[in-house]
Amino acid sequence: MEFSFTEEQLMIRDTAQSFLSEVSTSFAIRNAMGSEHGFDDNVWQQLCTQMGWQATHIPEEYGGFGLGYVELVIMLEQMGQYLFCSPFFSTVCLGANALLVAGSEAQKQQYLPQICEGSLTATLAYTGRSGAWDASAVDTIVSVKDNEYVLNGVYRYVPDGHTADVIIAAARNADTSEQSGISLFVIDANAKGVTREYLPTMDQTKKQAHIVFDNVVVSEHALMGEYANAWPLLDKILNLATIATAAEQVGGAQQVLNMTVAYTKERVQFGRAIAGFQAVKHQAADMMLRTEVGRSAVYYAACVAQEFFDGGSLSGELGEAASVAKSYCSDGYFKNAGDAIQLHGGVGFTWEYDVHLYFKRAKSSQVFLGNGAYHRDRIANILLD
Amino acid sequence: MKLSFSQADEKFREEVAQWLNDNLVEEFAQLKFRGGPGDEHMFPDERKKWEAKLAQGGWIGIAWPKEYGGRGCSIEQQVIFNEEYARAGAPGRVGHIGEGLTGPTLIAFGSEAQKQRYLPGIISGNDLWCQGYSEPGAGSDLSNVRTKAVFDESMGKWLITGQKVWTSLAHESDYIFVIARTDPGSKGHKGLGFFLLNMDQPGIEVRGIKQLTGASEFNEVFFDNAECDEQDIVGKPGEGWSVAMGLLGFERGASTLGQQMQFQNELNELIVAAKNNGTHKDPMIRQRIANAHIGLKIMRYNSLRMLSGNGDDGSLQKEALIYKLFWATWHRDLGELAMDVIGPEAEILSATPYELTRMQALYLFVRSDTIYGGTNEIQRNIIAERGLGMPKDIRPTL
Repeated sequence: MEFSFTEEQLMIRDTAQSFLSEVSTSFAIRNAMGSEHGFDDNVWQQLCTQMGWQATHIPEEYGGFGLGYVELVIMLEQMGQYLFCSPFFSTVCLGANALLVAGSEAQKQQYLPQICEGSLTATLAYTGRSGAWDASAVDTIVSVKDNEYVLNGVYRYVPDGHTADVIIAAARNADTSEQSGISLFVIDANAKGVTREYLPTMDQTKKQAHIVFDNVVVSEHALMGEYANAWPLLDKILNLATIATAAEQVGGAQQVLNMTVAYTKERVQFGRAIAGFQAVKHQAADMMLRTEVGRSAVYYAACVAQEFFDGGSLSGELGEAASVAKSYCSDGYFKNAGDAIQLHGGVGFTWEYDVHLYFKRAKSSQVFLGNGAYHRDRIANILLD
Repeated sequence: MKLSFSQADEKFREEVAQWLNDNLVEEFAQLKFRGGPGDEHMFPDERKKWEAKLAQGGWIGIAWPKEYGGRGCSIEQQVIFNEEYARAGAPGRVGHIGEGLTGPTLIAFGSEAQKQRYLPGIISGNDLWCQGYSEPGAGSDLSNVRTKAVFDESMGKWLITGQKVWTSLAHESDYIFVIARTDPGSKGHKGLGFFLLNMDQPGIEVRGIKQLTGASEFNEVFFDNAECDEQDIVGKPGEGWSVAMGLLGFERGASTLGQQMQFQNELNELIVAAKNNGTHKDPMIRQRIANAHIGLKIMRYNSLRMLSGNGDDGSLQKEALIYKLFWATWHRDLGELAMDVIGPEAEILSATPYELTRMQALYLFVRSDTIYGGTNEIQRNIIAERGLGMPKDIRPTL
């Protein structure tokens, strides 16, 4: 047992930090926020071709680096800390994870090398109008016709759905509900019958789309996993993405704490830096507690995710570890971000200071893939039913 | 970063579990799940015998170096021992202060004579220790110690006069370590000494403090020219504070894992109660039980991080700084949840005059968790100052 980073992992973290501090400045974030596209293509290409981050945990046989989920989580934490605007999460944590978990050998061969080259972005669409995050979220209907599949329905809140090249889409058989009858497909985002519409969001650092499938016809080669029995796969994909989100949240929680400590040390009132007042110090201490506790949860979950990919003995804990991390980090990040505005005082309420960007990200990430109460409910189901 | 234990460690786990299974029987069976915080006054004699049993098995001082009679166990083995100990429901240790505090302090700061004189008694489970730190006027402001130590040339002894308070297990202990002022004009952390005293002497009087639980686990200890041999000061006169602070550093460690297994036992009991009375269907209770489970899980992950060293930061172990505040607050919340789960039945005593049920004892005792060993407020000061580099508070006694 060694629950601390290796030298190599520390190096990955430091590299991520130094790259992001250059490319994800407040100016760069605000440029990305203002565009519908949502990210800087040049930076994304630099990240893909020079740094190769998107290939981190993809096995070498598909052109990746074959590193682990811990390494991936280290990068995600930094991306959350620097509020990095890119299709990384959608492409890697949703797209690549879905292909790794549910893709056929042919599908992996077709798509993963393109992701590793930086020539393909991807996302996952499963939640319909209900706004749910569990199996009941899937309400697009699939039917079989002449060895082909026909999909009809509406997806909302799809991360980077308007810019992704490929969509992993969940759909269910008519007259099924909850976990039964669900299938997964990998679909060209520009296929006939797919309409994608940008959804403007309060948190402008993460872009979402509304996607309509109107008689989208795909071949049997698009099917991922077993037809009408893909929930167990989708569940694992979502757990992996949930852990990734929690990692970003910890980074954000750390950053608002850093900003708050720096600001309160500078801000003088009553003849002294306000960081010297216990009312301020104690709130900052609670922020640090939430950050560190969240970090412990995320690192553990990252190890469990790695065990899942390796077929290790803790694989079975994936769902629980994801919910533990996401429930704590969602609420911890949100609380930290709110406290950060409070401790910044008036300037925390301005558009100019970056605190509100984190406050808004805290909320959008809290909701995405299920909020704290949702994940506590999942835990309660394990414990009490 | 990896979580699994080696095969050798898993074998060690089996060894520990087997030993506990074989020995926690007969006269010791009644001690299962007893003697923890809030229950520390129960079965003192039986638990002393249990210490001797543990010593026979070589399970005292497993973290100590072999040269001092310990096992020199790795961190992983310490984790495993503490987990298995608590999982088996083995009783709260009466020897934990000697094993966890006195021993490591003497190994780090003590003279050779002190090591030879005191360590064997701890390892054999024979000598019990208590801790003389807090005073009526020195709680959160611990360095405001008034107890005096004067060296009497004719007797060749230190004479200690003053009062300590909140001394757990003082009435059961053979020895006490005390911080006292060696330099009469000094203030704050300067001018203190760290002394080892035999409890069995006329100059020491112990009085129990009746707590809000109705029981007495803590004591007041009065010193009236209590005698301490010349060689039983640890460090030099005036160095007591640095010894005392070094000792506080030993308080966190693998034993946190054992504490968490006790918490797990409490949470399990609470879940059973909820299922029995149907409150497990109440959405609010479900959320709170889940939240307790989540907090306890992360507490374990945090300890594993703490024990694996400071790989992620180099110098400062932030996860260790927040640990006390986190577990104390979590435990207090658990006590409140227990009452809400049990409902009106939670009011009814186990027996007269004031015998509490386990859940009542939990609920009441946890109010002390956020106070002793550094209150939540002091913890927040420490976190802000050491963890975040925020300005220090005004400390008039310094």
